[in-house]
Amino acid sequence: MLAVGIDVGSISTKVVVIDGNKISHLIKPTGWSPRQVGLESYQEILEREGYNQNQVGYIVGTGYGRISLPFVHKVVTEITCHGRGASFLQPQTQLVIDVGGQDSKVIKIDRQGKVQNFIMNDKCAAGTGRFLQVMAATLGLEVSELAELGKLGELRSPQGDGAGSPLVINSMCTVFAESEVIGLLAQGVDKASIVAALHCSIAKRVAAMAKRIGVEGPVTFTGGVARNEGIRAKLEQELNVPVIVPPECQFAGALGAALIGQEILLRKRALH
Amino acid sequence: MTRSPIEDFFNLREVSILKIKEMKDKGIKVVGSYCTYCPTELILAAGAIPVSLCGTKEEPISAAERTLPRNLCPLIKSSYGFAVTDTCPFFYFSDLIVGETTCDGKKKMFEQMQQLKPVHVMELPTIKKSEASFQLWVEEIRRLRVWLEENLSVKITDEAIWQAIEIVNQERSLIKAICDLNQIDPPPLSGLSLLTVSWSRSFNSDKAETIRMLRDLKERLAVHQPDQVSVKQRILLTGCPVGLGTEKVIRLTEELGGAVVALENCSGYKTLELQTNTEYSDPIVALADKYLQIPCSCMSPNPYRLELLERMIHDFRIDAVIDLTWQACHTYNIEAYQVEQLVQQKGLPYLHLESDYSSTDLESLKVRIEALLEMAGNS
Repeated sequence: MLAVGIDVGSISTKVVVIDGNKISHLIKPTGWSPRQVGLESYQEILEREGYNQNQVGYIVGTGYGRISLPFVHKVVTEITCHGRGASFLQPQTQLVIDVGGQDSKVIKIDRQGKVQNFIMNDKCAAGTGRFLQVMAATLGLEVSELAELGKLGELRSPQGDGAGSPLVINSMCTVFAESEVIGLLAQGVDKASIVAALHCSIAKRVAAMAKRIGVEGPVTFTGGVARNEGIRAKLEQELNVPVIVPPECQFAGALGAALIGQEILLRKRALH
Repeated sequence: MTRSPIEDFFNLREVSILKIKEMKDKGIKVVGSYCTYCPTELILAAGAIPVSLCGTKEEPISAAERTLPRNLCPLIKSSYGFAVTDTCPFFYFSDLIVGETTCDGKKKMFEQMQQLKPVHVMELPTIKKSEASFQLWVEEIRRLRVWLEENLSVKITDEAIWQAIEIVNQERSLIKAICDLNQIDPPPLSGLSLLTVSWSRSFNSDKAETIRMLRDLKERLAVHQPDQVSVKQRILLTGCPVGLGTEKVIRLTEELGGAVVALENCSGYKTLELQTNTEYSDPIVALADKYLQIPCSCMSPNPYRLELLERMIHDFRIDAVIDLTWQACHTYNIEAYQVEQLVQQKGLPYLHLESDYSSTDLESLKVRIEALLEMAGNS
């Protein structure tokens, strides 16, 4: 029997299918209809992997769009799912930092991946993927270009303003930070230095949350923003522990959901 | 179809408004208050009606923000908003208002409220242990007595105070007995019912009737037989005051499958263990002793709150604790750290929420509460 996890995030929807030891995944943009994209991505992955729906034993939905999936058997929060998923990807980890499209969270887990404590960002976009998206748009860049450019800015910014101190973005608020970026562009500051400063701003914000929970051992960094090497490196610098980004970093939530589904299937089988 | 045992409490406020109007017409005075530190015994002893005033709804906040800063506790803004828009019937009927210097926000808000009604502010000391604090509080209660006597043109006798103490003690032990029924599993009262009973009773104009209602409720609940084994997570809510209109955290928790079995906040369990000791010779000293023990976060230090929480976690067989801080309530917000330490020492999941009276954060509250229930084993 297959266990499926579907994580409908604010920006992208992720699906993971567990078939014994084989794990397959799929990602696509959420767009404007979480309900439709949830179903579509589920059907698409089954078709791509050559499964049919009768083989599916259990489906767990997670992510902000979890309530819009009528076909799932169970709904579990992204907090519990990320803990489980990250623990599977990095069994040694006790702290998970997930920076997604509309929120960022720090989750403390035990060795089994069970959540011990968590903290989420407050009501705004500061320190999230959305923040990066807005800034990239302001700079006329794609989000995927930020990491590379940021690296360049890292090298340049210590001398960037001629005074030897790195460029800093002071505002946490997405709207105010955008004004600040526009102001810097108007002053002729190069984009690379601005990007490096933005990375630093997110990393500081997220690190402060992590320190509130308590940082121990290697940290697993997940979510779409974890693909940005500049932010990972800054985070490592702020936290003073290794920050590991698993290759499947965007799938931690969906994977956790599928693992929870698999566990339920095993429990059911044991009962029969 | 059987009547809900708490039905009378749902309508209590409305019924009470009509009764208060009748009594006002007969010349009986009404004294409003906002806080559990107000010694209602003195108001009763003066032959006046003590009532709680509204401060748990969002509607009047925008009106309050014409005078008060936005970044202020919503309870203070709501209280002032109700008063300034004259939309709280209890404020409307109040001849006098009693306030206390519990926090800076309230203290300064009462200065503005003076423009609307006669407000008497009691200086509440915040360091319990010192003798000077105790003396100050005794003197403050005496000062309130004189103020009430002058403004209500009555004489408050010691005998009348002792009688009032008897009534309030009785009311309190009954509410405690009702709350304690929730120690069994599954609990006879949902969190919302618990809130309805414990919060609404303070709006009743007639204490003797409140006592009758509580006794009746207690008897009806005592025969409640748990018909099934509960699988719900048993949640303790602590932190800032909650009333009907601002019950969103209780509502969400129960909608998500948890059972809020105990409320350690002002209208809830916080004051329920405290009885006025009738062995004192001076009733004012007896009152001072009781009221100064209230474990509000404005007290420094405030060990009794932690002791109370620890006992409640045990007695109510709690699975997880939610600590709610209203925006800009520094004392509860800071004390949350100590509560977190205590709860984690007990090996239980803890969730600190910072919110206001609006509905803007329902989704983010929901995911946090849902995750807490999952941590407590509901997955």
